[in-house]
Amino acid sequence: MTEMGGATPARRRRQEPLIPDGPVRASADVCQAAGCLSMQSDAVFESLCERVTACGLTDVAVRRVGCLGLCAAGPLVAVPERERLFDHVTAGDDASLDAVVTALSGGEGGRPIASDPFFSHQVKVVLEHCGRIDPERVEDYVAAGGYEALTKVVTTMTPAEVLAEVTHSGLRGRGGAGYPTGLKWTTVAKADSADGKYVVCNGDEGDPGAFMDRSVLESSPQQVLEGMAIAGYAVGASHGYVYVRAEYPLAVKRLTTAIRQAERAGLLGQRVADSSFSFEVQLRIGAGAFVCGEETALIASIEGGRGTPRPRPPYPAASGLWGKPTLINNVETFSSVAAIINRGAAWYQAIGTGRSRGTKVFALAGSVVNTGLIEVPLGLSLREIVFDIGGGLPGGGRFKAVQTGGPSGGCMPEELLDMPVSYESLAEAGSIMGSGGMIVMDQGTCMVDVAKFFMDFCREESCGKCVPCRVGTTQMHGLLDRITRGLASREDLAELEDLAGMVRETSLCGLGQGAPNPVFSTLRYFRDEYLAHIDDRVCPAGVCKIEPAEAVAPVAEASR
Amino acid sequence: MTVAPVEAPPSPPREDKRWRQVDVKIRRLGARPDGLIEVLHTVQEVFGFLDDDALGYVSEALGVPPSRVLGVATFYSHFVRKPQGLHTCVVCMGTACYINGASAIFERLHGTLGIDAGGTTPDGRVSLLRARCLGACSMAPAVVVDDEVHGRMSPDGIEQMLEAL
Repeated sequence: MTEMGGATPARRRRQEPLIPDGPVRASADVCQAAGCLSMQSDAVFESLCERVTACGLTDVAVRRVGCLGLCAAGPLVAVPERERLFDHVTAGDDASLDAVVTALSGGEGGRPIASDPFFSHQVKVVLEHCGRIDPERVEDYVAAGGYEALTKVVTTMTPAEVLAEVTHSGLRGRGGAGYPTGLKWTTVAKADSADGKYVVCNGDEGDPGAFMDRSVLESSPQQVLEGMAIAGYAVGASHGYVYVRAEYPLAVKRLTTAIRQAERAGLLGQRVADSSFSFEVQLRIGAGAFVCGEETALIASIEGGRGTPRPRPPYPAASGLWGKPTLINNVETFSSVAAIINRGAAWYQAIGTGRSRGTKVFALAGSVVNTGLIEVPLGLSLREIVFDIGGGLPGGGRFKAVQTGGPSGGCMPEELLDMPVSYESLAEAGSIMGSGGMIVMDQGTCMVDVAKFFMDFCREESCGKCVPCRVGTTQMHGLLDRITRGLASREDLAELEDLAGMVRETSLCGLGQGAPNPVFSTLRYFRDEYLAHIDDRVCPAGVCKIEPAEAVAPVAEASR
Repeated sequence: MTVAPVEAPPSPPREDKRWRQVDVKIRRLGARPDGLIEVLHTVQEVFGFLDDDALGYVSEALGVPPSRVLGVATFYSHFVRKPQGLHTCVVCMGTACYINGASAIFERLHGTLGIDAGGTTPDGRVSLLRARCLGACSMAPAVVVDDEVHGRMSPDGIEQMLEAL
């Protein structure tokens, strides 16, 4: 195995965080999530430790923390006591390091967090601990109030009370489909099983353009484990699995550490918090198959097989892992649970809009200034998310569309910017909430090409079990390819629409059923772009390579 | 019909101390069939790829039919069946990377290295791969060179980086 940045053959001792014995005047929290780490924030941490020691500042701390959110401006350092954020801090840049040290000793500098629109519009429930604790120290999580909810649940509440609390909170599955969490938990709790039930955490975040679960797992892994244990207590399960994709090595490492530390602290494993409840968690690592995000495919993968879905019913709540009743929720759903127990269902219920209660984490990326991780109350408008929090498009680019829901979602045009974001409104607009990827596209993006991109994804990731998905996605991709090359006719477009409807209606699982969505939504809002490719043989965005005119006739001939 | 009594665990296909790491993993998982993916991960970590001998050994050690082991090894895109180059270069093709120019990066590498995705240069120096999404969307377009993520990459930037390896 290669050591990250290992220039010296001998392994260097890992720098411990600086934590004063006495009262802490201020602390420098250095982001150590994957985004900032790729910009060498580990070296920033070491340089800051050296500097603080050299300056003789004995009452300040230098700590490693999880994701601070504003990934676009990394590496990031926060000084929470002064409510300041320092961006682009680099180990080789003395001025940037000095600025942090000055703030630690009481000076000014940095971006004020409270008045920054990127932060002020956010409400943090899932991300409450992200960027505030060291993800590799369970004592940090406990000091921040972690595991209070689990302790409260196992010592003072009955499973029925927990189920009622989660149901009343209005929490819905954050993996994308939005199934009411309380209802799912209640179904599993009611299922009879003499030889056990399972709780599974779906961390197979395969949607391209989504990194919410990665950030949560890297920044606050204990919060996910606590949510799983509470679920285990509520539904009567004593075993849990976390399934994380192999593309997230840092998340795997931190989860492994978290499970070990929680077991040692008596917060997981036998007799949780000295109660009679036991809950063990095992980690399973995916191997690069998008379809494993589908719950029945994920179960097949945990069992060690090919990750192919099976028809439902029976739902996993009745017959899941090894045929036992199984509760499957997404990382973000489990991460919301502890806060609901601590602060009450009524508090959570009060956030949000309509039937979409609470907050949602979004990964903001694409043509937007503030790329990064945000959490907002449901019901905020797309405009507020893209322009107020996201800071608009870089370099004066003009907004064209925002894509949600990954390969099963859709592209929403400028007319819909004032739409409040909720499960219902997104579905009405022809997209889905999905897991929370939000990609902003400017005028330089061709929407037909985007539809082709997603179809290529689905075509390659189709597991091949059912014909509509296996063959349909390939055929749709072929038609989209013809359109982008200026070789298609109006009949091809009609065939594409027909085929898309058929694949949606007849596919076995969500991958195939959702695959036509990008086609439908781009046709609904950007049909003129399709027609420009077909009738005028022009790509309005200048992305597609239109075949020269002389190539058209023979190809059209050959396809007959 | 008589079933042969359970024999001692099968022995590794080759004399190679690295098999011990695989054996430790197999033991830790209780040599159960459901540990198949985990064990294949370990084999790939240790040897770099999964050859027929390795699959045969895993099949025997876990009591999983060879057809199923091959089925799993070929289903998941993370598993590779042939040796990789000295360096690996993974171009992320996620949505954010795609609209920020990942195709141009890939095309450049495809041109200069003369290989397709999944291929290795004839001198065995570089393997070129494509990823579905690395979750590094905030730094799009992203390229991973030898397990290190590099954000905001450009065709020129990656070419220089590979030359400097």
